[in-house]
Amino acid sequence: MRSKLLGVGFLLTSMLSAGLSPALAGPTLDAVKARGFLKCASSQGTVGFGAPDEKGYWRGLDVETCRAVAVAIFNDKDKVEFVPLSGQQRVPALQTGEIDILPRTFTWTLRRDANGLNFTTPNYYEFTGFMMPKALGVTKVEDMSGASVCVQTGSTTEVVANDVSKEHNLGLKPVVFENSSAVSQAFFSGRCDALITDAAALASIRATSAKNPDDYIIFPATRFMDALTPAVRHGDDQWLDIVNWSIQALIAGEQLGVTQANVSEMQKSEDPRVKRFLGVEPGNGAALGLDEKFAANIIAQLGNYGKMFDRNVGKDSPLKLERGANRLYSDGGLMFPLAFQ
Amino acid sequence: MLFALWDNRRIRNNVIQVLLFAGFAGLLFWLWSNTAANLAARGIRVGFDYLNRQANFPISESVLPYDPSDTFGWAYVIGVTNTAVISLTAIIISTFIGLVIALVRLSNNPLASKMAALFVGVIRNMPLIVQLLFWYALATTVLPAPRLAFNPLPGFYLSLRGLYVPAISLGPQAGPFAAACLAVLIAAVIMRRLAPISAWSLSKWVLLGGLAVAAVVLLRPSVSFPELKGFNFIGGLRLSPEFAALMLGLVLYTSVFISEVIRGGIEAVSRGQWEAGRALGLSERHVMFRIIIPQALRIIVPPMTSQYLSTVKNTTLALAVGYPELGLVVGTVINQTGQAIESISILLAVFLTISIAVSMFMNWYNAHVALVTR
Repeated sequence: MRSKLLGVGFLLTSMLSAGLSPALAGPTLDAVKARGFLKCASSQGTVGFGAPDEKGYWRGLDVETCRAVAVAIFNDKDKVEFVPLSGQQRVPALQTGEIDILPRTFTWTLRRDANGLNFTTPNYYEFTGFMMPKALGVTKVEDMSGASVCVQTGSTTEVVANDVSKEHNLGLKPVVFENSSAVSQAFFSGRCDALITDAAALASIRATSAKNPDDYIIFPATRFMDALTPAVRHGDDQWLDIVNWSIQALIAGEQLGVTQANVSEMQKSEDPRVKRFLGVEPGNGAALGLDEKFAANIIAQLGNYGKMFDRNVGKDSPLKLERGANRLYSDGGLMFPLAFQ
Repeated sequence: MLFALWDNRRIRNNVIQVLLFAGFAGLLFWLWSNTAANLAARGIRVGFDYLNRQANFPISESVLPYDPSDTFGWAYVIGVTNTAVISLTAIIISTFIGLVIALVRLSNNPLASKMAALFVGVIRNMPLIVQLLFWYALATTVLPAPRLAFNPLPGFYLSLRGLYVPAISLGPQAGPFAAACLAVLIAAVIMRRLAPISAWSLSKWVLLGGLAVAAVVLLRPSVSFPELKGFNFIGGLRLSPEFAALMLGLVLYTSVFISEVIRGGIEAVSRGQWEAGRALGLSERHVMFRIIIPQALRIIVPPMTSQYLSTVKNTTLALAVGYPELGLVVGTVINQTGQAIESISILLAVFLTISIAVSMFMNWYNAHVALVTR
């Protein structure tokens, strides 16, 4: 229902906004600075990626990616407002300027990219998985013939579900729901044999909603991976750069060995790459229109990507996900730091 | 001179009309050009060419055949037919149940009448979405897993996956046979108009018997029983828990409103009509169905139109219980294509068309039952 209201709202704001909010036309950075805080999309509660904790403080990998941009601009990780959006609401919300960044387990696809959005830097590499009760005795896709599958609409997984079903001739029976709580309730009640979505989201659902998480098995639905990537609107290249390099600061920080604990000590480092990264040797910040110390500030307030991963979805979190493809390239993963110069 | 023109009422009215129309047209033009400019500025493509592209997303159940390799346009058609089927079924069933509730509430039995009043009060005062979620949660928690399905009769299975019953499938002659039946039906209706009822009563039975024999001989119907294979039942007819929860919620909710409309209409017919009917020696049932209800219809039909329209629009709540009506399909298409404006426009156009069709039919029916004064 809300998605429909938002759709109508999108229609109306598209019709009215030119005359009413001139901020949209100008660069996003100026609008954000004038507003005094950043507006980011967040999930409606995917623990590990974006969910408020018991005190109402937003936590998660996507949430902290957004906080990194807030640090780059304001040097304050709390100058962010999080707008919980459903899978269907998020794209119109970004297109109409309701939010500045869309980091919400958002898969980089060609058609999304071409239709008014720009993708920045992947902050999580992901495969689509199935979760099933262990009691059913299924461990791989080929055994799933004829199974009912709970699917949440508003994601790429409904297309994956169909592709998998066609590829292995499984005749999967989809049951499609509009929001994530309905879909997990239907799965745990036994309405479906399997639940399909991103494997990390499955781990999150299993850790938070299952009576006994050990009763459920998660396995990959395809051999293909997706890049979950924060997106911004078309037409503001400076903003695209700022978000890109804020995420890069997290990854490069890990590669350079800069951590939350040693960041002030590293200021004295003789390594020219570290000096440029931390802004001891100026130039990077000015080029982006940010503070020279933006990367150092991000690490000081949030730590580097490795720590962020462990804290939210990795070994220090209830999800306990393997680093896998999200390791640095030097460790055999896909996270690749670019040159800060 | 101008003042003289302004004082002329006809000229003045026309000038006001022209100004109002120009203002309205200007507003529309401003909205249109503003939308186009904003969409272009954001790099969003507008157009309906995506309707011919392959949809790729699944739809859980549909009346017409659907496969993810069909087009987005066909996915919309599936959404529209699903919406139309639930609307029509819910309207027909709730009208009958509503009539029954109204009659019970008007009955002289105090217990029955109070129970009906309580039922109306409870159902009418709870939001429909809450009731839908309640029925769906009930269905998915009370019913057993498919391997432990409740099996009251051979071939009947009730489980979390829905109700499975044996299906009668017809041979390849089913289409022509249905056409022949329709022709016979039309002929029968015409015959009935021409001949007195008593004269065609025998021929009717001969005809029906002939049809039944022809059906068995020509079509060789076979029965398919559902059976548990792997995870799910295969074969047979299926009533999904989503459809059942939606139908139960919609029908209960709509029928209590309809019962109140009917009760109001019946009570508005003057007591004298009852007394006159009884004085003529008619039974209570005859008085009700031959005298009171035909007169009550004049009062009932206009508010009933509103109830039917609400029912059509209420079907969009189905997405909460996972039934793929048009709203859910439109939401999915927006997500897959990003074509929000086009999709929402289609949604609006479809609901407008359905609603206008319902109200046109009801207006025609209203004129049909209206008191004809000569």
